[in-house]
Formats: sequence, C-alpha cells, structure tokens
Amino acid sequence: MAKSGLLSSSLSKKYAMAATGLFLCLFLAGHLAGNLQLFIGGIQGQTAFNEYAHFMTTNPAVKLLSYLTYFSILFHAVDGVVLTVQNRRARPVRYAKERPAENAGWSSRNMMLLGTVMLVFIVVHMQNFWWKMHFGVVPTQMVEGVEMHDLHSVVMAFFGPENLYAMPAAGLYVVAMAAMGFHLWHGFESSFQSLGLRFDKFTPLIRGFGRTFSVVVPFLFAAIVVFIFVTQS
Amino acid sequence: MNFTLKIWRQDGPKSPGRMVTYPVTGISDEMSFLEMIDVLNDQLVRNGDEPVAFDHDCREGICGMCSMFINGEAHGPNRLTTTCQLHMRSFKDGETIYIEPWRAAAFPIIRDLVVDRSAMDRVMQSGGYVSVNTSGNTVDANALPIPKPAADEAFQAAACIGCGACVATCKNASAMLFVSAKVSQLALLPQGQPERLNRAESMVEQMDLEGFGNCTNTGACEVECPVGISLDHIARMNRDFLHAKVAKKG
Repeated sequence: MAKSGLLSSSLSKKYAMAATGLFLCLFLAGHLAGNLQLFIGGIQGQTAFNEYAHFMTTNPAVKLLSYLTYFSILFHAVDGVVLTVQNRRARPVRYAKERPAENAGWSSRNMMLLGTVMLVFIVVHMQNFWWKMHFGVVPTQMVEGVEMHDLHSVVMAFFGPENLYAMPAAGLYVVAMAAMGFHLWHGFESSFQSLGLRFDKFTPLIRGFGRTFSVVVPFLFAAIVVFIFVTQS
Repeated sequence: MNFTLKIWRQDGPKSPGRMVTYPVTGISDEMSFLEMIDVLNDQLVRNGDEPVAFDHDCREGICGMCSMFINGEAHGPNRLTTTCQLHMRSFKDGETIYIEPWRAAAFPIIRDLVVDRSAMDRVMQSGGYVSVNTSGNTVDANALPIPKPAADEAFQAAACIGCGACVATCKNASAMLFVSAKVSQLALLPQGQPERLNRAESMVEQMDLEGFGNCTNTGACEVECPVGISLDHIARMNRDFLHAKVAKKG
C-alpha cells in the first residue's frame, strides 16, 4: 500500500508546478490588461493607468490575489529548483554524445534556464515599480477628489531620457519577455499534461491557445516597453 | 563499410569507465548493429582483448533486451526501432559512432554497455498485475465484454517491451512512459479496475524510490520509444494518481 503523502511524490510536485503556472498565466493576462492602458496618451491615459494602479493596490480582493501571486511565484520557483536538482541526480553521469534536439523542443529542455531569467527579471521589475509604489516616494495625482500615486509618471520617467539606465532596462525587459514566451510555449500545454488533462479533441485546442498566448502576451508586454522608450526619448 | 567506434568500457559496477576507440572494417550494410558489435568482439577476442559486454536476446525486436545509446540517441538514429533491428545501412561509410550504456542513477552499470534494469521489475512488482484467482478455474477472457477502442489502447500500452529507452532518452532519466504504459494496460480493462487506484499509487511510489527523475513533458521518450508508446498513457497515470490521492477511500 502506498504511503507517500500528496506533496512528496514526483507527480505531486508536477501538479503543483502546473497549478501555480496556470494561475500565473491568469495573473499575466490581468497584468497585461492593465498595462495596455499605457498605450493611451495624454492626461486621459495617465488618469486611467493611475486609477487602475490605485484599484490594484487598495482593493481587498485584489490584495488577496496578489498574495496568492507572490506565493505562486515563490512556490513555482522553489518547486522548479527541487525538481531540477532531483533530475540532475537521476543522471549523475552524462552521455559523451547527446542529440537532444532530435526528439524534444528547445523550450521544453530549458525551462529552468528560462525560469531563472524570468525570476531575475521579476526581482528587478519589482524593485523598479512595486517597491517604489509600496515603500518609495511617488508623486501623486488627484482624481475626482482622491489622491492617488502617480505610477504613470514613474513608468514614463523610468524609460525616459533622464534615466541613465533606461536603455539597458528596456533591453532587459524585452529579453525577459522573450524568455517568458519560450517558457510559456512549453509550460502552458505541459501544465495540462501534468494534470492529466490530455484528450484527443481538447489537447489541440490547448496547444493552439497556449502557443498563441505565449507569443501574444510577451509581445504586447515588450511592445509597451518599446513604445514608452521610443516616445519618451 | 568501415567505422570508427567510440565505446564505453567499464570493467565492473565500481570501476571507472572510459570511452575507447576501435576501428572496424569490412562491415556489410545488411548487418544489424549487434552483428557489427559481434564482428568487433570477434576481432577483440582474436587479439586477446576482452570483448565488449552488451545486452541482447531475441534479436527480432520484441524482447526489449538490447539497449545502447548510439550517436546520442537510444537505439540509434531510426524511429520505432530496437538496436537489433538497426542496420548498418543507416550509417555513412567511415562514420564515427558513439556507443554508450543507458545513463541513469536507477540503471547502474554492470559492465561496459550492460546496465541493471531491475528497477523496472520492482516497479512492476509493486502493482503491475491483476489479482485473479487462477487455481483450477481459468476464466474465459471473452466472457467479459470490452469495448474495441479500450482493448486497442490497452494493447498499444501492453506493447511496451520494457527496454528502458524512455529512461535513457529523457533528460531527467524519468521512467514515466514505461510506468504509465504498465499502469494503462490494466487501467483500460475491466479486470484492472479493482486495483486501479492502488496500482497507480504504488507504482509511482516505487518509481520515485528507484531514483528515476521527474517528467518535464518534453516528449522525447515518445519519439525514441521503439514501440511507439504514447504520452496519452502518462496523462492517464497522472489522472489516476491524482484521483487516488484525492478521492481514494482507505
């Protein structure tokens, strides 16, 4: 009779990877929807974005979701490291000759590398905006009698000419989005496989949706950065 | 045909191993890969050297005994092929061919290209059976109706010859394709239902105990499997294991 607990087996770790990964895909969709407002010009765009940022930092339901997001990122990263360490141990001596591209896609073989790039990006990104928003000194904007953090101006200044590091920062953001695209290319579909959700009629839809998502979402995130960088400089 | 072979030589489980280069000449393109190794071993014995130890049995592609990681791929470059069914015409004259044992912590090397695959036997012993009383009363297999698609899929799973190519190929040395085929061949049939959830649970637990890696769903195993076992079986095992952990009573 099996004795292992739900969280100790190899499959359980994969269920956790899949569940946290898919939840983070939902987060990405929400985050992107908010960021797309940065394409709107003038005071109208500034107000819309700051109202969105105000809602995201004050609404209790969103706060709960944000804690779930922090937890998911950390759990996904730690679980990924644990799985990778176990995987390395499972093959202590490598082959002298390997031809991995013959039977598996590049993304699927480099999830740890891609995830590491994304984790570095997340730390930098949170320092750039999240930290400033929560703990830094941020200019304010009055919207209908409510004083709100002017995150819009912070974003514009960050990618603007007065920031010496705007160019490398924009470069890092674009590279990180490329890494995210490749990570999602495999990860989205793989999550469903890990959860056992693989069926003849359903899987091609998941694959199609996942691959579209993995191209469109990172492209739009990166496009916003490039758009701001170009229009500000 | 002439080839330069680079073969992993290792005297015993604890001995250090190394790649050794051997030239072989006068090989017919109709020889199987194992026959080519036979020719090499004949040369080695004539020269007073130790022949290369390798696993083989039926030499007709059904037993799963032959292994060998050839030029970076399990069972060599051809799809749906065991090493014994690989022929030298699949290689270029003058080519350098790397021949290595299956590499996995769960498959310790016994000697040269021979590895100990008994970890797979222990996974089978942990649940890869149906408990049927066969003492004196053999049940007519056809007495139990089984839908044709289920029978076909179970048969596809049962085609697994337990060669270990999936483990050898997987970047994580994961045995998921093998274990899931063995779970599925019974999970799809009515006879396999009473022990279905316990089976998935026990076999996964034994798989983990043996030190196989985790599944990254790269799909490399399915590509290299000599009998074309599908990733569908891995998904089924994932479902059964989750079902067992969440809903099983007792």
